[in-house]
Amino acid sequence: MRQMTLLAVAASTTLLLSGCLGQEQDSNANRNAEAKDVTLTITSNSVAGGKNALGAAWITDWVIPKFVEQQKAKGVNATVKFDGIGSDDKEFKTKIALDFNTGSGGDVMEIDGIWLGEFAQAGQVKPLDELVGKDKVDSWDGWGQIPDAVEALGTFEGRRYGIPIGTDGRVLFFNKKLFAQAGLPADWQPKSWDEIIAAGEKLKALPGVTPIQLNAGTVMTEATTMQGVLPLLVGTGKQIYDNGKWLGASQNIRDVLGMYQRVYGGGLGDPLIQQEAKGRDRSFALFAENKIGILLESDYFWRSVVEPTKGVAKMADRNTAVGWAQIPARTPGAGVGGQDFVSMSGGSIRVINPKSQFPQQAWELLQFMNSFEATKARLAGTAQVTQRDDVNEEVLSGDPMLSFIATKVLPTTRFRPGLADYPKVSSALQQATADVIGGKSPDEAAAGYQEALKKAVGEGNIAGG
Amino acid sequence: MADPGAGAATVIDAPAKVRSVTADVGGLGRVRALGFVTPAFVLIGTFLIFPALWTIYIGITNYQLTGPNAVVPKVVGLSNYLEALDDALFGNALWLTLVFVIGSAVLGQNLLGFALAWTLRSARPWLRGLVEALVLLAWILPGVVVAYLWIAVLDRSGGTLNALLGTPGTAWLLQYPMACLVVFNTWRGTAFSMMLYSSALAAVPPSQLETARMVGASRLQTVRDVVFPHIRGHVLTNTLLISLWTFNDFTPFLLTAGGPNHRSETLPIFIYQQAIGGEGNGRLGYASAISLLLLLANLVVSLVYLALLRRRREP
Amino acid sequence: MNALVLRRIGYSVFMAVVLAFFAIPMLWLASAPFDSRPGLGLRWPEWTLDNVGATLDHPYALGSLVNSVVLCVIATAVTTALATLAAYALSRVRIPGRDALLYLLLLLSSVVTGTAAMVPIFVMMFQLGLINSQFGTALVIAGGMLPAAIFILKDFVDAVPRSYEESARVFGASPGQVLLHVVLPVARPGIATILVWSFVQAWGNFLLPFLLLRDVDEQPAAVLLQTLRDEGGSANLTVIPVFSLLYSIPVIVLYLFVSKRYGFRFHGGIKA
Repeated sequence: MRQMTLLAVAASTTLLLSGCLGQEQDSNANRNAEAKDVTLTITSNSVAGGKNALGAAWITDWVIPKFVEQQKAKGVNATVKFDGIGSDDKEFKTKIALDFNTGSGGDVMEIDGIWLGEFAQAGQVKPLDELVGKDKVDSWDGWGQIPDAVEALGTFEGRRYGIPIGTDGRVLFFNKKLFAQAGLPADWQPKSWDEIIAAGEKLKALPGVTPIQLNAGTVMTEATTMQGVLPLLVGTGKQIYDNGKWLGASQNIRDVLGMYQRVYGGGLGDPLIQQEAKGRDRSFALFAENKIGILLESDYFWRSVVEPTKGVAKMADRNTAVGWAQIPARTPGAGVGGQDFVSMSGGSIRVINPKSQFPQQAWELLQFMNSFEATKARLAGTAQVTQRDDVNEEVLSGDPMLSFIATKVLPTTRFRPGLADYPKVSSALQQATADVIGGKSPDEAAAGYQEALKKAVGEGNIAGG
Repeated sequence: MADPGAGAATVIDAPAKVRSVTADVGGLGRVRALGFVTPAFVLIGTFLIFPALWTIYIGITNYQLTGPNAVVPKVVGLSNYLEALDDALFGNALWLTLVFVIGSAVLGQNLLGFALAWTLRSARPWLRGLVEALVLLAWILPGVVVAYLWIAVLDRSGGTLNALLGTPGTAWLLQYPMACLVVFNTWRGTAFSMMLYSSALAAVPPSQLETARMVGASRLQTVRDVVFPHIRGHVLTNTLLISLWTFNDFTPFLLTAGGPNHRSETLPIFIYQQAIGGEGNGRLGYASAISLLLLLANLVVSLVYLALLRRRREP
Repeated sequence: MNALVLRRIGYSVFMAVVLAFFAIPMLWLASAPFDSRPGLGLRWPEWTLDNVGATLDHPYALGSLVNSVVLCVIATAVTTALATLAAYALSRVRIPGRDALLYLLLLLSSVVTGTAAMVPIFVMMFQLGLINSQFGTALVIAGGMLPAAIFILKDFVDAVPRSYEESARVFGASPGQVLLHVVLPVARPGIATILVWSFVQAWGNFLLPFLLLRDVDEQPAAVLLQTLRDEGGSANLTVIPVFSLLYSIPVIVLYLFVSKRYGFRFHGGIKA
């Protein structure tokens, strides 16, 4: 008797402990397809008066009323709610992971494209084909407007999971005023890493100026990887994940770390900024105060940071003072795919929650949010590289920087592998740069990276090193 | 209290009085006592013990917030613990936590709290009121706000400390992260010790202090030989509580985020980095195991205090 | 004589250093909110009230403060009331293993308030249907604070002279009346301390409300303060200083009120 009770307790505990972390679901794609009363929720990392406030306003003031209207015309009584969060990416990810684990959260969810792999591998998000039906997904006319490289953001193992929201590109921003003082050209375009260093050496002569700021260290988290290690790495001809293997401590990694040493060991960069809790904000402010010569950043820096009216670190003379150049490969032609110039890109995607009670209607909403009109409305007069070619054509022409991104940078760019192991690899790379700044040699730091990588992904999944 | 001396007496000659402490003079009775205790314990049971046990269970699995291990976590026995013992960052975090607790709680808050309580006894009322108000303000302001205040003090460019010391460009939080945290937490938490010692000192019979003065004892001697025996129980309880609170304090994260390069990554921050931050990427199995180790560290601290307390009680 | 002068000087220097040490960090809270270009550092402000206007215009700023008050009042009331009852019973009635139990709970509370327990707490609250419930969130916060509150209060109650209760019993008071009219008034400073302590703890709690309250309209100020960022995600320094000030005022008011009304001292104090 007693054993029975124990067994029952054990069983129910196991059920409670593991069971409710992964629940069964109704997988019929057509559930509630004919419903007349529909409730949908949009989850997004944006909030009025805070992070990505424009995006939040777009959802509440444009998407929701227009969509409800559109549904009403079809005789459907739709209620759409907005679940805006607006916090740090890590915390946002934690929150939506808990949602997926418990089967709650919005019907349409906005996630960073880089998280797709983890959620997909866990079955927490599902391919659109499965959720709404292949013919319905394929028949959306919007796919034709989305470049393949951008569409890949929402694709995992060859299947579409979501629709990207847009993308970005990374370039070297530089301060033309400082360049003029240092005798450097206003149309600077380095063709190799040596030329970057050479420009840095000239800028070094200016008092109170940090020549080059290259994101590094663990405090900067993903900014180190995306605006530092990976753009350099593709400039050596390798990607971090290729042919099913992660890149170990090969010569390429050592070259990248060597570049960090040249910048920070040679007094061209300020190693302290990189380690401050608000170091990235600080680097923005210093750039705006004409105290940083060259900064590797994404076009977000142009759109939202030094933007003359609303930016975080406004530069009234942005249009004349800020220059940009493509990121060169280590030497011409040494970049990935034999390229002379390289970049890295990322972007968010919108997926449908597999636990949605109204998958068909959620798909309609998703299409609606990615229509030409909606995409254009989202920009609210600002310029940004969206997912749609037709919108880009119309809005980017007025902005030389973003046209540059769309025409020059995106054709040469690469994306990160959206795999569950990626964040661990990324933090191992961040640690390696922190080690170099802390005084270790590139070889020592690379060896540490190799160890961390082994622990993170297993020896069998590492190439080179 | 009407008779502060009586309270102190229970501390000193314990065995005889301890029994009287538990005497049910209010006529409560066991049943009614149970009724009084039940609501609190239901809440504690539901929202504390149950999640705590569950956390301990997760500590023996490879559960992760995302990825395949989120859906089918496997029991991996003690491997999380073995990994922790082998993890240089865990050792680092444990060591930094000890530095933090000993530096800011056991020494910083304790000593400054006592010094303030001792000197303020004879201070003018306005001065006493002002100091107490400031010290208490530091204690009750919300952590996020306090973090901003200290960033303004320690900031590299435009920070108050650099302006005062004439050391422009010194990045205190990067060059001396642990020292900053120790000073910060001393500032933050001294109020509790100060209040506790103020009341404890009130229980020291003035006649004994007078006698000490008459025989020409120095201040240090007076504190050691006359005051300390009276407040020993208070010192122990105070040190226990502030140590435990400091052990689990997460506010340093807001100042240094554990950096630079893990140089201020105390255990709660380490756990956060494993559970939410980039390093562990939602490795909750590992984070839970570390949490249990943190609990064990707390337990060791408590046992040391209890041992000291017992030794004091046994003549 | 000379020694006395030296002593006086030493005393004054000590007091001046202490005052400076505790006061200087607070200056930011007095200057940055009213500076036209607030920064992370301290400087003499270019006075303006624009930031105040910007903060009050923020769609969730005031609402979040109201939410904080609701959340913290519930959590504090539950903690203080239940801890007082439990502390009194535990102080007066002998229960075997009582001290060990209290220590154990104190230790467990430190684990559960950490980040590792978030999944159990989230999943449990989800199963109980308490996601997005301010009341539920307040209960979780209270559950985490209760052990320390009981631990501290029990010592206060231990110090209440038994003779008071005995006399009350002689005059025929029921145990409830004894607690209400004899013990509570005497233990009032202790209860006041717990009240302020638990309110401050709940007021600053970020992670639990962040995870358990989905709706921005329900979220407290601690959560909002973390979301005060601009378009791109950098700290919004126009709003943060003013909001920090607004966010600090309730705890200060509570302290002043409690301190004036009940006296904020430990008196007999806590001891083992």
